[in-house]
Amino acid sequence: MSDVTIPGPRREEVNRAGRFLFGAGIALLVLWVLVPIWFLFVNALSAPSEVTGFPKRFWPSFDLASVRFFWNFQGVTNALWNSIKVAVLTMILSIGMGAPAGYALSRFDFPGKEFFRVLVIMTRAFPLPLLALPLAVMFIRTGLDDTVLGLALVHAMLALPFAVLITFSLFSGIPVELEEAAWTLGCTRLQAFVKVVLPLALPGIAASAVFAFVISWNEVFAAAVLTIENRTLTAFLLQSLNVSPLPLKFAGGAALVLPALIFIFAVRKYLFAMWGIANR
Amino acid sequence: MNRALPYLLLLPASLFLLVFFFYPFGLVVVESLTRGGEWTTENFTRMTGHWKFSTAFWNTIWLTAIVVPVQLIMALAMASVVQKLKTGRAGLLYIFAIPLGISDLAAGLVWLAIFEQSGFLNSILHAFGVIDRPQLYLGYQSLWVIFLAVCLAEIWRATAIMMVIIVAGMGLIPKEYNEAAEVFGASAWQRFTRVTLPLLRPSLQTALILRILMAFEVFAVVMALGGTTLPVLMGETFQWQFQLQDRGVAAAYAMVILGLSVAFSLVVLRLLHVPKGARI
Amino acid sequence: MKSKLKLALIASASILVSTSVAAEVLFWSTQARPIEETQAVREQVLSGFDGAVTFEPAEEGPWQTRVQAELQAGSGTIGVLGALHGDFTPLSDGLTDLSAVDVSAVAPGFVSLGRLETDEQKYIPWMQATYVMAAHRDALEHLPEGADLNALTYDQLIEWAANMHEATGQPRFGFPAGPQGLKHRFFQGYLLPSYTGSMVTEFRSEAAEAAWEAFLRLWEHTNPASTNFSFMQEQLISGDAWVVFDHTARLADAFNQQPDDFVAFPPPAGPEGRGFMPVLAGLAVPKTARDKDASMALVSYLLEPETQIATLRATNFFPVIEVDLPDDMPASVQAAGAAIAATSGADDALPALLPVGLGALGGQFNQIYNDTFERIVLAGQPVRAVLDDQAETLRRLIEEAGAPCWAPDAPSEGACPVN
Repeated sequence: MSDVTIPGPRREEVNRAGRFLFGAGIALLVLWVLVPIWFLFVNALSAPSEVTGFPKRFWPSFDLASVRFFWNFQGVTNALWNSIKVAVLTMILSIGMGAPAGYALSRFDFPGKEFFRVLVIMTRAFPLPLLALPLAVMFIRTGLDDTVLGLALVHAMLALPFAVLITFSLFSGIPVELEEAAWTLGCTRLQAFVKVVLPLALPGIAASAVFAFVISWNEVFAAAVLTIENRTLTAFLLQSLNVSPLPLKFAGGAALVLPALIFIFAVRKYLFAMWGIANR
Repeated sequence: MNRALPYLLLLPASLFLLVFFFYPFGLVVVESLTRGGEWTTENFTRMTGHWKFSTAFWNTIWLTAIVVPVQLIMALAMASVVQKLKTGRAGLLYIFAIPLGISDLAAGLVWLAIFEQSGFLNSILHAFGVIDRPQLYLGYQSLWVIFLAVCLAEIWRATAIMMVIIVAGMGLIPKEYNEAAEVFGASAWQRFTRVTLPLLRPSLQTALILRILMAFEVFAVVMALGGTTLPVLMGETFQWQFQLQDRGVAAAYAMVILGLSVAFSLVVLRLLHVPKGARI
Repeated sequence: MKSKLKLALIASASILVSTSVAAEVLFWSTQARPIEETQAVREQVLSGFDGAVTFEPAEEGPWQTRVQAELQAGSGTIGVLGALHGDFTPLSDGLTDLSAVDVSAVAPGFVSLGRLETDEQKYIPWMQATYVMAAHRDALEHLPEGADLNALTYDQLIEWAANMHEATGQPRFGFPAGPQGLKHRFFQGYLLPSYTGSMVTEFRSEAAEAAWEAFLRLWEHTNPASTNFSFMQEQLISGDAWVVFDHTARLADAFNQQPDDFVAFPPPAGPEGRGFMPVLAGLAVPKTARDKDASMALVSYLLEPETQIATLRATNFFPVIEVDLPDDMPASVQAAGAAIAATSGADDALPALLPVGLGALGGQFNQIYNDTFERIVLAGQPVRAVLDDQAETLRRLIEEAGAPCWAPDAPSEGACPVN
């Protein structure tokens, strides 16, 4: 099994074959992810007659009519801005509440722990559209209706389970000994957390942030019910997409995907900060 | 102080969920158990009595049972590939993470553009001369093709979620463990199954639970590709709530989704039990 | 009574003049949702309104949820509701009486529909549409011999579809059986009335059995991807279907993009006549509206002839009042208009009304027809057994609602019977 038994020249051959397979595998995975995205953008950037025609082209003709329609659409920049505000607020709320809970779940054994965990899971397991009616009634009565904060609270509810469970798994992967070592060196619990644990958990926190952002960004139903003047981009575009003509569907779909991709690109460094403990 | 600490850490999240989830959730539970103001189980008997219920139930289960394991394997493969890589790691990870930013509505749109009669798949086959004229894939008679298409779309869309969590978890596994195993002559496969996987348990648990929760709520992609020919639980919930205007039965459906999600999550929690603080 | 009405009219008219700086009216609509229509309604229809108005379209789910939430909370921001007849029926109790709005120009049949079986004017008719057939010109050469496109029968349609199937090797008839498709209206207002002269009473008759058998024959030549089709204009343009049935507004793109390639014509006739059904959208004011006068002013504005014509251009829904259409209407309007005129003017025309008196059960009423379709056609269950089974469900539902018969069924005492 081990490499040692294989004589020199053959071993090199095996390695080369292995490297080739490895490379081919990567290429295949990359294609698998990118080709559908490519099709989305081809359709978004093609003339309407090409989008509905057959056979399809595999290269966009850069007819920007459909995309331009969106940029000239009344209130689109305002909606974009609202979406960003809601998403950022969702991120802050869900991590601010979720990370402490995740830490508690990973570091302590206490009565009610399982209960809390199931509670968090339930939150994500229940279809939001059914909750929207009582929530909307509550929001109208309390004045949270049609505010960025109100919608962010609902989105934070959706993102919280992600934040709690992901930070829990990350904190669980960080040995307690590291923290204990810091305590013996005179750090308080808080100091130890901030100086030792937090840097290691950064990828996980970044991951929860990405999820929170993306969840908020793509959520339609609550956004459509709870915002009127302060519509988010998704509520603005997405709910009219499934009844719009095909070329606009694709242009709108692409318009929604793009900002999310830019956001992931911007935070990728933190998301994949794998120099944590591994390179200690 | 130390005994109160975990509860203090959980307090914000708990209070938040109490107000924004449990209050509306309670109202919906009541709705599922009443009809015209009286306590009854009629909503549930109506639900189970409808001819689509068992189809929707089993479709949802089968979809989850097929999609989630495939995704787990793919996510592990992607994460391992990325870890092995010396150059281009960040770029590859970003590509793998792209589907994160795509909402289920947009994903349904993309995959419909691939599978529909005048879509990209037919265009590709046509370009290579495999077929003379467009083939029909998503017809109601070939239910398994629709099912397969939904599986592919779901795998494409939601593998990234698991991958990101797993990548973050893998980053926390100390390199020394793998190096030590290598010194003792363990093959790459042995190192993966004996060292990496067990240490990855917290992240695997989180990734699986979050993915299962979302799998039971699968809806938009199925709707885009299969219409009503492939009923799923979430689709029926929407149908009863909005088209049939019977909120009681819709609430009953939601309870079924909730029950399934919690049950499966508990199974995952038991199977991949994570000890406190991961003293490794 | 009359003088009271007049007074109210003068009052609302004076408000029209005096409240140009009134609060913004939120117009919350399930219609004009396609993004280009939204744009057109905002820019071309509502820009002439003397006052501030925000037009926000929403899907049925969020639309209902929002309205119900405002009614439950007892306060809200919505000023005017725009939706289909069926969307209003479950909300009846939350709608303001609009008797003060002048509806003398509107077709009386529509006005009475808007009362939703009460003494109050719950909604005001806004715009109407119906369903027509459309075909690609290439399909016309396959028309059965002796068939008149404007007086087609179901048998001829089936033969036509069979001819196309045979000639091209592909089923070319298209039917909107997708998740957003309006297939139930075809069964309720077209197929069943044409064969049985009834929508409800004769649901399980032998004539109804014949109707479904005929539909099964048509289905053999129908593109099986129809279960994904919701807007037949897409399949007309892409060529996946050559002959289709759909809502006029859902065919408009085909005519506007390639006016020379497509023709519109009336739906086919059966043994009992040429069944057809209107689509009616209405305007209502929820009881929670903040500035009811401004809301009513907007409703009145939308009924003006120029606004109705602008609405037609924007949404492909036709006016509910008598207007002279200018000559420069879009191709879709001209094509559909001619087909509609040919339908309602046909000797064998058999108008079917929208379901009335069903209240919140309207959705479940539609579901019965959809289920019947899915069971007979998609699941291949025996016609007789399915009809017997579904007829029971239908009878229970009609009795629960206590709804008397509506056209084309003969008026009934009490709940409409299902024989």
